[in-house]
Amino acid sequence: MAEPKRKLMQGNIACVQGAIYAGMRFFAGYPITPSTEIAEGSARELPRIGGRFIQMEDEIASIAAVIAASVTGKKSMTATSGPGFSLMLENIGYAYITETPCVIVNVQRGGPSTGLPTKVSQSDTMQARWGTHGDYTAIAVAPSSVGDTITETIRAFNLAERFRTPVTILLDEVIGHMREMVTLPEPGQIPIFNRVKPTVPPDKFEPFAMTANLVSPMPAYGEGYRYNVTGLTHDTMGFSTNRADEIWPKLDKLKNKIEHYTDEITKLRVEMMDDAEIAYISYGTVARTSLQAASIARKAGVKVGSIQLYTIWPFPDKQLLELCARCKKVIVGELNMGQIVHEVKRVLPRDIEVHTAQRYDGEILTPLQLLKKLEEVM
Amino acid sequence: MAATTEKQRSDAILTYLRPRKKFPSVWCAGCGNGIVMSALVRAIDNLKLDKNEVIMVSGIGCTSRMPVYLDFNSLHTTHGRALAFATGAKFAQPKMKVIVVTGDGDSLAIGGNHFIHACRRNIDITCILINNHIYGMTGGQGSPTTPAGSFSTTTPFGNSEKAFDPCALAQAAGATFVARHTVHHAPQLEKIIMQAIEHRGFSLVEAISNCHTYYGRLNKSGDAVAMIKSFKERAVPVTKAKDMPAEELVGKFVVGNLYENNVKTEFCDEYQKMVDMLAARK
Ligand SMILES: Cc1ncc(C[n+]2csc(CCOP(=O)(O)OP(=O)(O)O)c2C)c(N)n1
Ligand code: SF4
Repeated sequence: MAEPKRKLMQGNIACVQGAIYAGMRFFAGYPITPSTEIAEGSARELPRIGGRFIQMEDEIASIAAVIAASVTGKKSMTATSGPGFSLMLENIGYAYITETPCVIVNVQRGGPSTGLPTKVSQSDTMQARWGTHGDYTAIAVAPSSVGDTITETIRAFNLAERFRTPVTILLDEVIGHMREMVTLPEPGQIPIFNRVKPTVPPDKFEPFAMTANLVSPMPAYGEGYRYNVTGLTHDTMGFSTNRADEIWPKLDKLKNKIEHYTDEITKLRVEMMDDAEIAYISYGTVARTSLQAASIARKAGVKVGSIQLYTIWPFPDKQLLELCARCKKVIVGELNMGQIVHEVKRVLPRDIEVHTAQRYDGEILTPLQLLKKLEEVM
Repeated sequence: MAATTEKQRSDAILTYLRPRKKFPSVWCAGCGNGIVMSALVRAIDNLKLDKNEVIMVSGIGCTSRMPVYLDFNSLHTTHGRALAFATGAKFAQPKMKVIVVTGDGDSLAIGGNHFIHACRRNIDITCILINNHIYGMTGGQGSPTTPAGSFSTTTPFGNSEKAFDPCALAQAAGATFVARHTVHHAPQLEKIIMQAIEHRGFSLVEAISNCHTYYGRLNKSGDAVAMIKSFKERAVPVTKAKDMPAEELVGKFVVGNLYENNVKTEFCDEYQKMVDMLAARK
């Protein structure tokens, strides 16, 4: 039997590998630390498999090219960091309203502005949800290891295709630049979802039809379904509308096609929660150290567990509520001034104390710091 | 075979309009956009392009509404970004004909960077830039092609800035087909659009057009008819302009085929060569 493909790999390169496994055939990007290796890896890998890589003139152009490539039928991705993510936002909104599947990787660094190019941060968590203007619902996932980065990137593509929507992968500088041993999935090992194509003839085709699951079948340009794609709020035929009875359903569709399926999208890692009285709630880099802190505290007899959010958006309200039902206290660890903690506070009943462990100096929250916090709140 | 009658011809042209899209358009009566749209459709009809293989991309503006009315794969994008979207579409599906329709503000102000880089790559896109020297959609503000001294709602005392020459800009940036005409010259416009589409590489057609509603009113240039007539007087064929002193060309539009280069390689072709080379190595 062939040896499993164990490899020492960087997080950013794992992202490229996951994307290609998921079917990425188009990448457009603009170099920015700490995401650049994703562009470089794509530049090396894509032409070898008949894919396309292009370095655009800026991030606005990159996401534009990615969206257009997706409309022509290619699974597409871009990767950036804070300043570039900010530049992409207008066009990310275009992807939301046009319901165009694509994947945007944000390898987070400290901000605002140029901030801390080489230092870790999780301060774009809210931006991934609310960044572009207008009403919509976002999907964002956050890996916490190199291995996770492969599987979460595959999941991000599957979600984008399944829900016809942009999906953001919130990596951070630590995961992006860390090297770990990983095993690449064998072909066929992880299921791949491809967008649903229309089966009706072109003259019966309604590009933004209200289907049972609210996701409309999407042909590629060139397949004979000549339809209109616009960033103007549109009717089910894709033409702009000012009619209230067409605007409401369109915006509800953007929201409900995702929020009605939160259970399907939610992915958590739950450890030592069965009898836990205190829970660490975290994501990305902090999830690693939280789990470590919880294991250490368990050995000392503290009833503490760890909940890791792989899916950050839509926020897993129901799951968190159930998991924390028996907790007295939670500690939300984040590398920012407090973002996801507001969601946790919104979801949990008032009698559960919500504490925070925060850091925004470009360094990670260590297990020791998280243990100290635990001691404080106990 | 009997020659096509004018009636048959216009019936054929009508098939390019979106059957289910309600007309009238958003354009003011007499807007030059309609003339350019007609020239474009005729050019495409002459070339017998398969509608399914045409992607028409635009940004935001009056001009940029054009693809919405036409029965192709239409991508009406964000302000200024048409060429960036078009680059993605063309590069992802090189067999498609990608045509961009854009305004002077869309392509040269907010989209200026994408414009020069699309030219530089020499990617096989035809860009039809309708230059009405003003921002129409937002109500008559100054644009990068508003002539020095001209009036707009943001240059109420005359424009202190200088205007771009889009054709010179495109040529300098690396475009390999550059032509200009005016909406007074519909047949000529049709011909250069045909040539631009047939050209392999980045082609720019600048169509000088009238926004009588704003530019005309603010600059006392008259109504649509008066403005279009003035284009006839101000158009100087490039062959003639060559021998004219610069000061005589002030306020004129040099029209015709301004530049063509069939030697420079096209971007998607070059990339494909690399893909083929890597495949052969395996
Ligand atoms: C990011 C952004 N900024 C500003 C606008 C507002 N806007 C819409 S159209 C337009 C100018 C259009 O002018 P031009 O490209 O010359 O086209 P025309 O309307 O004259 O055909 C502006 C500024 C916008 N839609 N998006
Ligand atoms: S405002 Fe100007 S550019 Fe816009 S449709 Fe009217 S005439 Fe044409």
